[in-house]
Amino acid sequence: MRFRLFFTLFIASTLPFAAVFASSEEANATPTESTDSHSETDAVETFNPNELIMHHIGDSHGWHFFDWNNHPVGIPLPVILWTKEGLVVFSSAKFHHDIEGRQVVTAGNQRFVNIHENIHYASDQPNEHGVYAEVNEETHEVQNDKPLDVSITKNVASLLFSALVIVVLFLGAAKHYGKNANVAPRGLAGFIEPIVVFVRDDIAKNNIGPHYQRFVPLLLTIFFFIWVNNLFGLVPFFPGGANVTGNIAVTMVLALVAFVVTNANGNKHYWSHILWMPGLPVFVKPLLALVEIIGIFTKPFSLMIRLFANITAGHIIVLSLVSLVFIFETVWVSPVSVLLTLFISILELLVAALQAYIFTLLTALYLGAAMHEEHH
Amino acid sequence: MTGSIAALGAGLAVIGVGIGIGLIGGRAMEAIARQPEATGKIQTNMIIAAALIEGAGLFGIVVALLGN
Repeated sequence: MRFRLFFTLFIASTLPFAAVFASSEEANATPTESTDSHSETDAVETFNPNELIMHHIGDSHGWHFFDWNNHPVGIPLPVILWTKEGLVVFSSAKFHHDIEGRQVVTAGNQRFVNIHENIHYASDQPNEHGVYAEVNEETHEVQNDKPLDVSITKNVASLLFSALVIVVLFLGAAKHYGKNANVAPRGLAGFIEPIVVFVRDDIAKNNIGPHYQRFVPLLLTIFFFIWVNNLFGLVPFFPGGANVTGNIAVTMVLALVAFVVTNANGNKHYWSHILWMPGLPVFVKPLLALVEIIGIFTKPFSLMIRLFANITAGHIIVLSLVSLVFIFETVWVSPVSVLLTLFISILELLVAALQAYIFTLLTALYLGAAMHEEHH
Repeated sequence: MTGSIAALGAGLAVIGVGIGIGLIGGRAMEAIARQPEATGKIQTNMIIAAALIEGAGLFGIVVALLGN
């Protein structure tokens, strides 16, 4: 997603020179490429949008900013592996930005390769493509074993960064209230207070019921965590660019929190309506219990899928629109591509806030249903 | 032409979601026109219902994506 703005600006700015540039590029392309290996020329000649998009919405072991004279520039991140011989830590710079499994990193007695951002144990000898791994010819699956990878990847680094941003924002706002308790908030606090009040009143109070106050901190955390991460995902260059909320593991943990909190706070009324629905014939009760028990799990599952799919879909659309230029191989598509990307990016700003709102709102709804008192 | 039939599945899922959200949006507009003072409540409920429908559509899209 760092691609997004960078590429659109780049394409827009080079538009007048485009025709000259394109023709000279074609003329230059053949001699330089012939020196490369066969497989690399293939990669240069045929642009594969699917591969590009999947690479960009996925996670990576280094934080890549841009290419400078064909050299990638970025921050290397630590690779932390739990291997057969214990914990192994090294810098991802040792892979030299290789994700094809051609660069072997030796750590202790063990050797590792990075194949499409999965760390595998390296084979002793490279195969015919120069890859230090056994790859199934038909399915393209890597046969080598994988160590347990707990690296600080781009997503993890981005998540930690946005958590830091949230802490700084809220401590800054909180400081304001410490100093002037009875004055109308200004500045940072003035920006944050309406949102906090909105989450408290419109989301928590309206949906949870009388005992809403305990859950306001949780809902605020969920709301701001998702929102800030969504917004960072939309920024195409450095502090942003990671696809944190479009990562199924992140949304799964968020949904798991909602699941645990909901069921831990479920009262007698809630559980009786799930396990032994009152006021129904006895033979229907077990059937309904089965459906309701499945319902307990589908609720957080849909929370997980909704956030993941919305954010990932947004990123895929933007990348597809940028890819149009390279698919049609003409610059005359670029105005269309730039305008559509701009439009979708603005829409994504709305979606970023909306998905944070929906996730928080539905969590509050489920909580409210679990804590609902009997009215008879 | 090569490709996966999974894209058709994603398209079909989106048709259903489009109809569903369209109906909700249309009815919400009508309701707001009848009772402008209830706009806030109608909007909240509209978004909840739209999110639930969208969830169903996204299940379809994710399955299509995985099946690709």
